[in-house]
Formats: sequence, structure tokens, C-alpha cells
Amino acid sequence: MSAIDIEHITREFTHRTAEGKMGRKTAVNDLTFRVAPGEIFGLLGPNGAGKTTTIRMLTMQLHPTSGSISYGRLSTDHDTVAIKKLIGIVPQHVNFDQDLTVGENMELHARLHHLGRSERRARIEELLDFVELREVVNDGVRRLSGGMKRRLLIARALIHRPQVLFLDEPTVALDPQVRRRIWQLIRHLAREGVTVFLTTHYIEEAELLCDRVAMLSQGKLVDLDTPQAYCERLGAFTVEWQQGEERSYRFFPSRHEARDFVAHMGEADEAEVASDDVHVRRTNLEDAFIELTGSRKGL
Amino acid sequence: MSGIMYDIWTVFWRDLIVLRRRLIKYILSRMVAPLMYLVAFGWGLGRSIQVDSGTYLEFLIPGVLALNSMNISFASVMPVHAERVYHHSLDEYITAPIWPGAFIIGKVLAAVLRGLISSAIILLLVGLAGTHIHLTPLFLLVLVLNCVIFAEIGFNAAMRIDTYEEMSQVNTYILLPMSFLCGTFFKTTALPEALRIFIELLPLTHTSYLLRGLAAGTPVALSSLAVLVVYAVLCFWLGQRAYRRLIY
Repeated sequence: MSAIDIEHITREFTHRTAEGKMGRKTAVNDLTFRVAPGEIFGLLGPNGAGKTTTIRMLTMQLHPTSGSISYGRLSTDHDTVAIKKLIGIVPQHVNFDQDLTVGENMELHARLHHLGRSERRARIEELLDFVELREVVNDGVRRLSGGMKRRLLIARALIHRPQVLFLDEPTVALDPQVRRRIWQLIRHLAREGVTVFLTTHYIEEAELLCDRVAMLSQGKLVDLDTPQAYCERLGAFTVEWQQGEERSYRFFPSRHEARDFVAHMGEADEAEVASDDVHVRRTNLEDAFIELTGSRKGL
Repeated sequence: MSGIMYDIWTVFWRDLIVLRRRLIKYILSRMVAPLMYLVAFGWGLGRSIQVDSGTYLEFLIPGVLALNSMNISFASVMPVHAERVYHHSLDEYITAPIWPGAFIIGKVLAAVLRGLISSAIILLLVGLAGTHIHLTPLFLLVLVLNCVIFAEIGFNAAMRIDTYEEMSQVNTYILLPMSFLCGTFFKTTALPEALRIFIELLPLTHTSYLLRGLAAGTPVALSSLAVLVVYAVLCFWLGQRAYRRLIY
């Protein structure tokens, strides 16, 4: 059984057109996919692709215009309270109660999820240890750094032991060390059996962290596969070079074939390609994304 | 504790923590405006004015209690607007498996507590100054109802209005005129007939009537109490409707 079943969900908004008339805009268009229990599932796309709208529908903060979402046998149409107990949410924007301390924010969440007093205390201590924030338990949340806030968001979302954890752009605007620390936390959770659903516009994050990646562009699902499969389908090796004003790319199944191509490039196109500007490298998810969406925009 | 009561207590608990942390500052700041009204209009200007058979100060105290509890309870719910629109901390409640009504009830109860604390401060001040009023359970009930109504009005505004500027307009166009016109500083009979009829429809007018009558120990119109109950129920229903729009 899947952890999450998404069937033909679409979300439209009313908006004012450039001509000043009221119109409809489709933010998410007919998405269908399944997320397996215990996997790290990534939704990759440029800004405005519909990632946050999708995650808000999955976490029941937004109704789909059409389509259905279910968690095992539970449907978001009928079993809202049961699903709310099942999921944890790490939002894109820090949304702590600004008037409470770190510990009080954790306690509020625990109370809202009906944890008893002793369980509440033990769980808060355990999670603050897990994200290494025990020493700031009595500090106001305003005083935390960006990285600390992100870790605290994750800790808070885990208090009620969710089976599915949603993370909306979990490492946006963080420095590389903090980003890697958060990746470690996410991997640890997945090993513990938590299904992780994350959105990102960082290619590297999706490639290194996710078991499967769905690519989203202009609200539509472009493709869905493992990061390795994307690269292998395209060709495991890439030749990249500057041609006139633009970068050019060719993909090959093996390094040998890629090198053969480079060796013959000089003969075929001597006037335009400088030999020191031709690179052979492994194909990455960014190459796959660009090939599939035809765009580097927003990445 | 049952599930619903526990959810209400959780929402109330959060506001109680914030209030406890700022209690001294809160008490001091809430004393300023009513103290100014009492000093300027009661002990200053009002010393030479006689209303019915009593002093103007005796007339004024229930009015100040009514308008102060209105302002305090309305202002207590105002942060919910920022929590919804700017900090998004309201999402914690929206995504939690709690009964939706618990949120509005918890917030209103916290506002009632603040309204009653500030009312107690005023009563203490006027008591120390030698003015005594009849405090009865019904007097307390009317004060609570007034706090409930204006906390609910504040909650509705916080749920429906999207900018700070519009929120401040609620104060300017609704609370401020009510503060002065709803029988707080002078009798509504002094107003032009058309305006008086309109003012009679507003809840603060009935709170002023009831508190003044009860403070003086004279009979009060139960219809005024009925008006307050209707407002409290109606505003709760509207507030819950507005909150439910945000949740699944």
C-alpha cells in the first residue's frame, strides 16, 4: 500500500489578468503519483512551478479544485483529523509563535497533538537533543539563527511521531554546512521508517537525498524517476562545451563514447570550438531537468 | 479533561503564558487610558456636574468600565491577525487535529481574562478614591459578556481583514465612535433621534445601560441583557465560520 496516493489533483486560483479582468490560473495541473512508505520523495521544480501549492494540498491547508488525495485508506475528504495526526509539516517560512520560547513552541505543538505531560516532556528533550538545540530551550525563538530555526521546525514537526513528514524547501537560504546537517537529519528519519516528502529547487539536494524525484514545471508533472535513472536514460556521461554564445551538451552512455566524440570534435567543428573549453563529466540531475523542461530558469 | 476542553485549555494556556510574562507591563499600560478618563472627566471636569441624583463620577465609572473592557478584549485578539497574515503561526492550529471551535473559544476566554483584569484595576482605583459601586454577579456577567462580544468582533476582523492598515481602520471607524457615543460619557437621550436609534442597536450601549443601572442598584432592562447574548452568539457563529474557511 502507498503512503500517499495522489490522483489527478488540480488547483486553480482566481486572479486579475494583465488586462485587469478576473480570470482563472492553474497552479497545479492534473498531478497523479504515489509515494511509497519509508521513501524520501522529492518534488523538484523552479520557483512558481506549483511545489508549495502541491504540498499545501497534501497537508490539507488548501483544497484541490479537483482530484483526490489519500493516505492508505484515509481520504482527505473524510478523514481530516486522522490524517492530521499522521503527518508532520515543516513549512517553507518559519512560523513559530514569536511570543514563546523554543521549549514553549515545542510544548504548544505537543499539546495541540494531545500528548500527555510526561510523554510531552520526554519527547521535547529527546528532539531538542536530536537537533542539538537543548541549550536554547528557554530562549525566545526570535534569537535563533536561520539554521537553528530550520532545525527547530523539523524537531517541532516530529513531536507527535508522524508517519509522513512534509518539508517545503527545508534548506532554502541556508549555508552549506547547515544544509548538510539537515540532510543528515532527514536521512536519519527515513532510516527510522518515516516517509519524507520534500520540495526543493536545489538540484543537488534532490539528487543526493531523494530516492525518487518528481519534476514539476508550470504546474505539470514532467517526469518521475530515481535520480540515477534520470541520468542513465539521458546518458551517464556529458560532453559540455561553449559554442558561440551558448553552452552545448551531448550525452553518452559511456565515458569512452564521450571521449571519442570529443576527439572527433576538432575535425568537425575546428573553427568554433576551443579544445580547452570541452569538458567530459558525469551527467547530473540538472542536465536531466533541463532536457525535460527545456529551461534553466529558476534553478 | 475531555478532548474539546483540553483543546480550549491549550489555546488559553498559550495566551496565559504570554500574559504572565508581561503582567506588570500589561497592568501599567492598561491603567493609563481609564485613569485619564476618570481624572479628566470625573474628578476634573465632572466635579461640577450633577447627573440625576448622583455625581458625574458615579455616572462615568460604568461607562469607562464598558469602553475599557471593550478596548482591552478587542485588542487582546488583535495579535491573531499578525499570526494569520504575517507570522503564519496560525498554521500550527489550522493543521492540528483539534476541534475548530476550541481556537476561538480559547482566544475569547483569554481576552475576557485580560478585560476583567483591567476592569478590576479600575474598580480598585475608584474604590481607593472613595467611590463605591454595587458589584453583583449580574454586574460581572455583563462585563464578561461585553468582553466576549468585542473579543469575537476582534476575532472576526483578524480572520477577515488582510492588512494592518485596514485593521487600524476598525479601531478608527467602529471602536472610537462607540467609545464616545454609546452612553459611556453622557446619556444617549442627548443625541439626535436618528442617531440615538442607531446607537441603541449597538452592544456597548446596552453594556453601559446595564452596568450603570446595576452599579446604582436600580432596576435594569432584561432586554439589554438579551441584546448582549444575541450579539455574543451571532459574533461567535460568524467568527467560527471565518475560521473554518481556513481549515480543511
